Amino acid sequence: MDALNKTFERLGGVNLLPVALALVAFVLIGAPSSWVTLTVAGLAMGMMVFLMASGLSLVFGLMDVLNFGHSAFVSFGAFVAATVLAGLSGWLASDSIAMNAAALILAYLAAIVFGLVAGWFFETVIIRPVYRDHLRQILITMGAMIVAEQLLLALWGGTPFTVLRPHFLEGSWIIGDVSIEIYRGFAFILGALAYVGLYFMLNRTRMGLLVRAGVEDREMVESLGFRVDRLFIGVFMLGSALAALGGAMWAGYATLITPHLGAEMMIIVFIVVIIGGLGSIQGTLLGAILVGLMSNYLGFLAPKMALASNMILMVAILMWRPNGLRPAVK
Amino acid sequence: MKQTTGTLVVKLVVLAIAAVLLFAPFLFQNVRSVEVAARICIFIVLVASYDLLIGYTGIVSFAHTMFFGFGAYGAAIFLKDMGPGWWPVALGAVGGVVVSLIMATAIGLLSLRVKAIFFAMITLAAASVVLVLVSQLSQLTGGEDGITYKAPDLFKPATKLLVDGNGKVVKLFGVSLNGKVAAYYFVYLSCLVLFLLMLRFVRSPLGTVLEAIRENEARAEAIGYRVVAYRTFIFCLSATIASLVGTVYAVWLKYTGPDTSLSFDIMIDILLMVVIGGMGTMWGAVIGAVLLVLAQYYLRDLMGAASEALSGVPVLPELLAADRWLFWLGIIFILLVYFFPKGIAGTAMQAGARR
Repeated sequence: MDALNKTFERLGGVNLLPVALALVAFVLIGAPSSWVTLTVAGLAMGMMVFLMASGLSLVFGLMDVLNFGHSAFVSFGAFVAATVLAGLSGWLASDSIAMNAAALILAYLAAIVFGLVAGWFFETVIIRPVYRDHLRQILITMGAMIVAEQLLLALWGGTPFTVLRPHFLEGSWIIGDVSIEIYRGFAFILGALAYVGLYFMLNRTRMGLLVRAGVEDREMVESLGFRVDRLFIGVFMLGSALAALGGAMWAGYATLITPHLGAEMMIIVFIVVIIGGLGSIQGTLLGAILVGLMSNYLGFLAPKMALASNMILMVAILMWRPNGLRPAVK
Repeated sequence: MKQTTGTLVVKLVVLAIAAVLLFAPFLFQNVRSVEVAARICIFIVLVASYDLLIGYTGIVSFAHTMFFGFGAYGAAIFLKDMGPGWWPVALGAVGGVVVSLIMATAIGLLSLRVKAIFFAMITLAAASVVLVLVSQLSQLTGGEDGITYKAPDLFKPATKLLVDGNGKVVKLFGVSLNGKVAAYYFVYLSCLVLFLLMLRFVRSPLGTVLEAIRENEARAEAIGYRVVAYRTFIFCLSATIASLVGTVYAVWLKYTGPDTSLSFDIMIDILLMVVIGGMGTMWGAVIGAVLLVLAQYYLRDLMGAASEALSGVPVLPELLAADRWLFWLGIIFILLVYFFPKGIAGTAMQAGARR
């Protein structure tokens, strides 16, 4: 058994799970072209969910704070970006790619800036007073989520909001008999870039070193003279900004968004964070990709099972590894 | 706890509420008020059973409406299939309780050993999956539309409980004693029995053990109490009560759908009620449920009027619109958790002690 485990770890350990899932799905689906389409869709969804979940996971790892209001950043990010895009519809309609791209970048920037500011506000006003009190933390962040959702309804109304897409992201690439939606490819690349950026920040910079040390043993870092609470505001703001960006990208992906977007994504985000193990970026990525692939494959194979599948996946993984696949906190 | 003046006041208020609810069909003679009174009875029990979890044991579950829904759908499905009668109600109640117990045991054993936060997340995920399943399995549950069915014959408006010499329904204080009154008292008595059972339970030695676990888990474990077993037990108990009261609600409404029994909005209502009323006191559940249900029905009208009065001002009318009442409740909720974590009942009960 031990030898088996060692071989398993040497081959890449739990990182192989998405590959295994993809292989099983390949056999079950049969048609290679639809398999490729589904895999790309799953990866793109996984990347967007990763953006939404990474902040939640890091914040929990560093400060033992779980923000049930995290989904508010996602839905606000989506609506802010959609509003900016609607305001710049003239730019989007023009033929030049530069104008299109500028509008998209501005929309994403607006979402990110909003996430930063809202994250700062949320951390200082809502969460600061209830550190280390889980019960009140859950209640307060839940209350904040209610207020945020109502605010969203008051500002944008309850009707679904159509999101404009820049011209150059419409349509799909067709390679042989495989068709890949351009937006999915774009979402995957952007998500991958964000992951690489986050990875370098955490593993190659001094701030990242402190964050990782703080996740491992907060008190020790504090006793060495570093202000972990200030670091925490930074991480919190970064996490909210990433969530808002994820929401903005999701808005373009779904093209029609409702104020309940956040609440719907929240469940998936939670499942991802639980599967991946709280506090670790790699775990979150792994969980997000697993969930993305799983829900796309099953959406094709057995549509009614799609959301229940995530639950089954979560239960199975928790039975096997109660702390998630790659927990950061030992 | 010592008897303080505050405690006395709270208990008197609760007693007054119970008395008003007892005579509700005679005091308020319109359909809407009786509807409100029945809803208050149901929610008192639902919130109190949730309080067993959050207040007495300190674990946060977001799956309470799931159990409520199991009970409601159990009764609904059997009443629909077998026609009106007492057997389907009983079968539905038992079925709902059995499903609830299985789910509660599974969730409890799987996740109660880990942190409170994990448990909260897992119950949230489980509840949302059940919600999705219910809307998808439409041949069994009616999907989004829910199920409409007939209640047992006794509760039909045409049923005559007491007949005078001429064969007409007897009127008492101007209210005809028909099936509607019988249905209300069915709700009232079931809720009273369930509430008294819970009240007895928290006074029992078992209830004391649970409070000990909430106060200091490690010490309770060290004394020799098996924390996981106790927590799973209380989770099952509160699930059972929620499921039973769900059945009662289904019989009263004669309709069961995702919005009346399973939706996340109800879970948020329960959370608001338990925190506003006061956690860890059964009395708090009563006060919270009464205040919030009243707010739900009557505050909306008030806010609608305020919104129209302010129609010239930007944004404010939007925030004061009748549908935005949750916004204000959410803010009150946050402030309460900050400044009065014991809620109305808990704070009032302390007030006497300081004097």
